[in-house]
Amino acid sequence: MKRFLPLLCAAVMSTTAAHAQDAVKIGMLQGFTGPTESLVKPMALGGEMAIQEVSDSGAFLGGKKVVSVRGDSTCVDAAAATAAADRLITSEGVAGIVGATCSGATTAVLNNVARPNGMVMISPSATSPALSTIEDDGLFFRTAPSDARQGQIIGTVLVAQGIKSAALTYTNNDYGKGLADSIQSAFEAKGGKITAVAAHEDGKADYSAEVATLAAAGGDILIVAGYLDQGGKGMIQAALDTGAFDRFVLPDGMVGEALTDHFGADLDGSIGTNPGTDSPGAALLAKLAEGKGFKGDDPYVPEAYDASAILLLAMQSAGSTDPAAYKSHIEKVSNAPGEKIFPGELAKALKILADGGDIDYVGGTALELIAPGESAGSFRETTVADGKWKTVGYH
Amino acid sequence: MDIANAFALLSNFVLVPALAYGAQLALGALGVTIIFGILRFANFAHGEMMSFGAMAAILATWFLQSQGVSISPLPTALLALPIGILAAIGMACLTDRFVFRFYRRKRSNPIVFAIVSVGVMFVMAGLIRIIIGPDDQSFADGARFLVTVREFKAATGLDQGIAIKQSQVITVVVALIVVAFLFWFLQRTRWGKAMRAYSDDEDLALLSGIDPEKVVLIAWIIAAALAAIAGTLYGLDKTYKPFIFLQILLPIFAATILGGIGQPVGAVLGGFIIAFSEVMVTYAFKRFLAYLGPDGWVPDGLVQLLSTDYKFAVSFVILVAVLLVRPTGIIRGKVI
Repeated sequence: MKRFLPLLCAAVMSTTAAHAQDAVKIGMLQGFTGPTESLVKPMALGGEMAIQEVSDSGAFLGGKKVVSVRGDSTCVDAAAATAAADRLITSEGVAGIVGATCSGATTAVLNNVARPNGMVMISPSATSPALSTIEDDGLFFRTAPSDARQGQIIGTVLVAQGIKSAALTYTNNDYGKGLADSIQSAFEAKGGKITAVAAHEDGKADYSAEVATLAAAGGDILIVAGYLDQGGKGMIQAALDTGAFDRFVLPDGMVGEALTDHFGADLDGSIGTNPGTDSPGAALLAKLAEGKGFKGDDPYVPEAYDASAILLLAMQSAGSTDPAAYKSHIEKVSNAPGEKIFPGELAKALKILADGGDIDYVGGTALELIAPGESAGSFRETTVADGKWKTVGYH
Repeated sequence: MDIANAFALLSNFVLVPALAYGAQLALGALGVTIIFGILRFANFAHGEMMSFGAMAAILATWFLQSQGVSISPLPTALLALPIGILAAIGMACLTDRFVFRFYRRKRSNPIVFAIVSVGVMFVMAGLIRIIIGPDDQSFADGARFLVTVREFKAATGLDQGIAIKQSQVITVVVALIVVAFLFWFLQRTRWGKAMRAYSDDEDLALLSGIDPEKVVLIAWIIAAALAAIAGTLYGLDKTYKPFIFLQILLPIFAATILGGIGQPVGAVLGGFIIAFSEVMVTYAFKRFLAYLGPDGWVPDGLVQLLSTDYKFAVSFVILVAVLLVRPTGIIRGKVI
């Protein structure tokens, strides 16, 4: 054993050294712990699937390997997110970042780390409208649309279902407030009535007081702009327990298997909206993910795959892993003109770009980037029937 | 006018939840008041003691569940409660032996004891997070409801229903039994009388041959048992999360001081007054008034005194008001 140890050490060191020389590192900065932990697990795997695909193709920048380095942005702790991003850039030396998960963490990382270091960040899931107007030096992109879009979609769905009044509660942070404002203005513009708006704090034991307030105001349905494993779940529990509401509108932060697993058929008739599309890309991605331990159509998984993909394709298009060089190529590879690229065709795209051709990346979300570098968005409307999410249609 | 519906509405959102919450606060406040009565300091570690007892009960519940033991429709946690109580008593005896006894021998000021108890609180909070982690834990099983809103509506034909959760009934029943037992103990037994004598006048009690170390030990045992019961019931009714037991300390202290510190009857009274004030001050009476008013009339606003965000402020306001107006509390207790 004694003789083996030095050998083993030498072997380990030589392989890591070889890795460090060849491989391009991509930071996977996601909220692995905290309120979004159940959403993030498949997201990170989806993003890493695209990275693996590019790495395995052998066509990336003359045959370079790509590896993912994970960092935990949490969701609510801006200091932890900043520290994790700082580690990815300064000590790991990543060439680009896929992340962060939540809007607050994303804003903190962009302001404190990405801009000062000139690092490109593509978030698959930060949806706060405030990120549309933030100063970003052309470094920040997102493959998920702004919540202002989701608010309009929810307004349309509610009116189409003949719902005239609704009570609204939101998780008391940037995401919740932004989403609640956009839902309220969109619904009221279409003639609906929001009877009461009440914020809820995450991490409390008991939400019966908040629900009692909303119940006093009444309404056909309760809109819960929160998180499915935090206060959002608590609000639904209290509303069901007291019989205050029996139907809910569940925006993206609430759509997940964990919610239907917990409440089952009690949620029947509730309406969910989350980013999604019926373009063939989504089905292709779902197929690619088979047998890899996650579902390709889980919330934000296609966005995460697309974020990794366009980041790497832009590097290929620019012929460089320098953020300053490739940041202007991200919109170019994502939009027309050029050959349409679906999930699983990244090797083909890399070859076209290497030969000087043009591509139009479609990916899992039918991605179309609009100014200032965010997805135009396409939403999936779901309903809960027999305790399971069922897709109703796309908007 | 529709008094039946108004009453059902108020019961569902105010009376039933506040009754259960009040019972939980009363149990917590009893523990604080007994420690104050005997050891003469405000024990800030009491919230974490509740958390520790509840955690032990949860771990025991999980073990019983994994062994397939069940007393359905009652929650398994009731079966595990004695383990939680024993664990809390063990913890209380250990902290007394290694921390508080040192200061007692030195005859330190009450304020020194209070600060020491803050230290104990932090250590215990860390220990709990190491053992069970900072997350929500669910351990409730058995039937969730005794009466659901739907059943109530079907049975009575009213528009408003009353939901009664099993955990709420268990909370109130267990609290009644525990309080009755405690009062019997304090009034009728030899050691209960010794404790009251010690609390009234320490020197006279010593002269009449009461062993102070034994009185202190019994006080810790009672306080820890009350804490474990209160913590487990709170977790069963709402949810168990370590952080919550820091927040619940404020209403418990408010209840203790409001009732009269060192007065067991006052602690129970204070617990219910605080619970009802918290719930009623933040409740929106819009619909309730609409049922009581003339037909078709509905108040414009929500008729809510304070937004639910200010729930904790209610305890603060009551605390400040009591200290200013009647520092002895409702039933004359000691003045801090």
